[in-house]
Amino acid sequence: MTETTATKTQPAAEPKTHAIDMSALNRDNQKLSLDQEEMCMKVDDLSLFYSEKQALHNIQLEIPKKRVTAFIGPSGCGKSTLLRCFNRMNDLVDGVRTEGQILLDGQNIFDKKVEVADLRRRVGMVFQKPNPFPKSIYENVAYGLRIQGINKKRVLDERVEWALRGAALWDEVKDRLQENALGMSGGQQQRLVIARTIAVEPEVLLLDEPASALDPISTLKIEELIYELKSKFTIVIVTHNMQQAARVSDYTAFMYMGNLVEYGDTDTLFTNPTKKQTEDYITGRYG
Amino acid sequence: MRISVNSWFKSGTPWVWLNAGAVSISVIMVVGLLGLIAVRGLDHFWPATVIEAELIVQDGSQRTIAGEIVQVEHVSAAQLISSGVDLPDDVEFAKRYLLKVGNRDISGSDFAWALDRHMEKQRYPTELMVLERREWGNFYGYLEAVKKDGDIIATGDEAWLELAGLMERVLSIHDQIYDIEKGEIGTINHGIERLRLRERGLALEGDIPPEDAAEIAAQRSEFDAEYEDIQARLSGLYQSFNRDSLIARTVDGQEIEVNLGKVVRAFQPNQMGLIEKIGFYFAKLWEFVSDDPREANTEGGIFPAIYGTVLMVLLMSVFVTPFGVVAAVYLREYAKQGFLTQTIRIAVNNLAGVPSIVYGVFGLGFFIYFLGDEIDQIFFPAALPAPTFGTPGLLWASLTLALLTVPVVIVATEEGLSRIPRSVREGSLALGATKFETLWRIIIPMSSPAMMTGLILAVARAAGEVAPLMLVGVVKLAPSLPLDANYPFLHLDQKFMHLGFHIYDVGFQSPNVEAARPLVYATALLLVMVIGALNLASVAIRNRLREKYKALEV
Repeated sequence: MTETTATKTQPAAEPKTHAIDMSALNRDNQKLSLDQEEMCMKVDDLSLFYSEKQALHNIQLEIPKKRVTAFIGPSGCGKSTLLRCFNRMNDLVDGVRTEGQILLDGQNIFDKKVEVADLRRRVGMVFQKPNPFPKSIYENVAYGLRIQGINKKRVLDERVEWALRGAALWDEVKDRLQENALGMSGGQQQRLVIARTIAVEPEVLLLDEPASALDPISTLKIEELIYELKSKFTIVIVTHNMQQAARVSDYTAFMYMGNLVEYGDTDTLFTNPTKKQTEDYITGRYG
Repeated sequence: MRISVNSWFKSGTPWVWLNAGAVSISVIMVVGLLGLIAVRGLDHFWPATVIEAELIVQDGSQRTIAGEIVQVEHVSAAQLISSGVDLPDDVEFAKRYLLKVGNRDISGSDFAWALDRHMEKQRYPTELMVLERREWGNFYGYLEAVKKDGDIIATGDEAWLELAGLMERVLSIHDQIYDIEKGEIGTINHGIERLRLRERGLALEGDIPPEDAAEIAAQRSEFDAEYEDIQARLSGLYQSFNRDSLIARTVDGQEIEVNLGKVVRAFQPNQMGLIEKIGFYFAKLWEFVSDDPREANTEGGIFPAIYGTVLMVLLMSVFVTPFGVVAAVYLREYAKQGFLTQTIRIAVNNLAGVPSIVYGVFGLGFFIYFLGDEIDQIFFPAALPAPTFGTPGLLWASLTLALLTVPVVIVATEEGLSRIPRSVREGSLALGATKFETLWRIIIPMSSPAMMTGLILAVARAAGEVAPLMLVGVVKLAPSLPLDANYPFLHLDQKFMHLGFHIYDVGFQSPNVEAARPLVYATALLLVMVIGALNLASVAIRNRLREKYKALEV
């Protein structure tokens, strides 16, 4: 893959204080425009409160289908909170209240009629730290399928293999599917979690800093994987690593203090931001 | 100097010493405790040599005595003189033996104190024989002759050789009789009792339908016929069981005849070699753990007590684990965390501190008198007025102990649940699992080691508990085991024996305290070992679970 060689030549520890040289990344997805995309999710005037404290302010944003959308911003800006709204993970936190809507195929996900479990199956999520279950590799991937009541061995075998191949893990684990998943390396675990998530064939894949706990090589593999997966899934990724956002995403949203500051195609946002705050952030003046 | 003391203090060395000291003291105490009961208890089964001597009695006359030395002590002369013993002036301490002299049927007591200086011509004759009898305790004396069918067939040295063969025969007959009485007759009695209850139940509902009456009568006559048959076989066995006897002479010359059926074991301890003694020791030890008690629990084994203890603890585990786990899951996972749940939690923790006898009283009042009576009224009216469940029994004892230990399980399970990383829960929920599915498939299996920890603590506490059991189901001597081959196999309504209570009973309620004392130690050791075994089993299970669900450490 051409991107890989390009990224590999990048010095791994390039200081963040420099603006990103987009031309060096050798991206093949330039000249995208939000106006021409088919949309998958629509965030409509979304505000979120932790008890009294407002964490998100009237977010307005659309996620294009089968593209990678990255959320960047300084710590505590609300990018993870916004991401966790997409599959209502915030429901698990006491005292969270949301206003506004998130539409998935025209349906408001906060609607009372929506089954949360069903929504979460359609909108899968991968977390910052790999969180495999203490089961075998096979059972980890089959978990979501079993939850749906699929128990036929033949079907499970097929889907598990498909998911593991999809997560570029099959060749490494095909001979030890029955071993405990906790015996894998961190990078493998994270790819296993991705396999587990795509096994249930969600429409949207939410990645919450999926590589932040991993070493550079594993990070690279995850990034390659994201690139592969976007042909099948709509991907939303939260990252604090602007290099990563620039490398993997088609569109980027910059958030600051609970507000969506700027949202556009990645090339434009990184090379020619319209807002001063965005420019300050990507050139490393704060954050 | 000051500085060096200061730096010594800062280095932490005193702390290390203090902690190490505390650990050593604990270890010494535990080892000492176990060592004491092990030595005292296990010593009992060793075939002690039997001493024979001429005992000078107060008035100067002599009498021959024989017995095992059970205890040796040094008594101050003043004390002895004040109690009227003649001693020369230059003696300060006198050595005194406690002898187990046996022959309770002749002399009236098993034990005698004797001063070493009053025992002359101390000797260990090899022909001196010990008989372990089913009644009247041990016999010490010499074998004179053995009788078969009332005729003397051997005397002197030959008699001893003859005796071994006859003993083997009589013991095998005893086993047969035991099997028939406990097994076959027990089954028939059980069947007849069930017939009686059925008849009574039908009578309570109205008239007995003739076909049922006929069936009952037929079955009863079947049982009766079977019983007649067994009875005939038994009387035959008893006749041959009582065929032989032996004539023995005590050391002071009295002759007695002992039926061989009354003898458990005959041996000449002074003649035994080391190997023989070791063999004898293990035979006795095996008898102790595998046999029924004899002679008001002062002889024989304690198998029913081991059986009862283990069965009760297992039943308790079956009751307490699901109950405690479900309660903990609700408290931790579903209940809204607030003032009320906190109060409940504190209350549960405090329950663990309630004295156990209080649970016994509760078990008696609520389980037995209330629940048991209700159950009897509804399900067992035929047996009334004899209570079935309205009386102490295995079920109520297990439930009472389950109640006693449920706080431990709740606390441990809650602890385990709270340690499951949030990320794992979220991982499951994010895959479209509901809260229940997450709990059932991920959280509960992952916290199962903690549940096992709770169970281990519960078992440790329950197995050693005696006080509440005395109120809700334990007896001194249970006629049959609570789990046997008779339908419905597990007799939850039966009373049972328990090692802890056995210790209390043997040690403090026994008519023959001296004879029972070593058994107290032996039983205590066995109780510790049973609890240890139960705990080890649970720990092994827990370790396997831990290995399987080892926590995420990324």
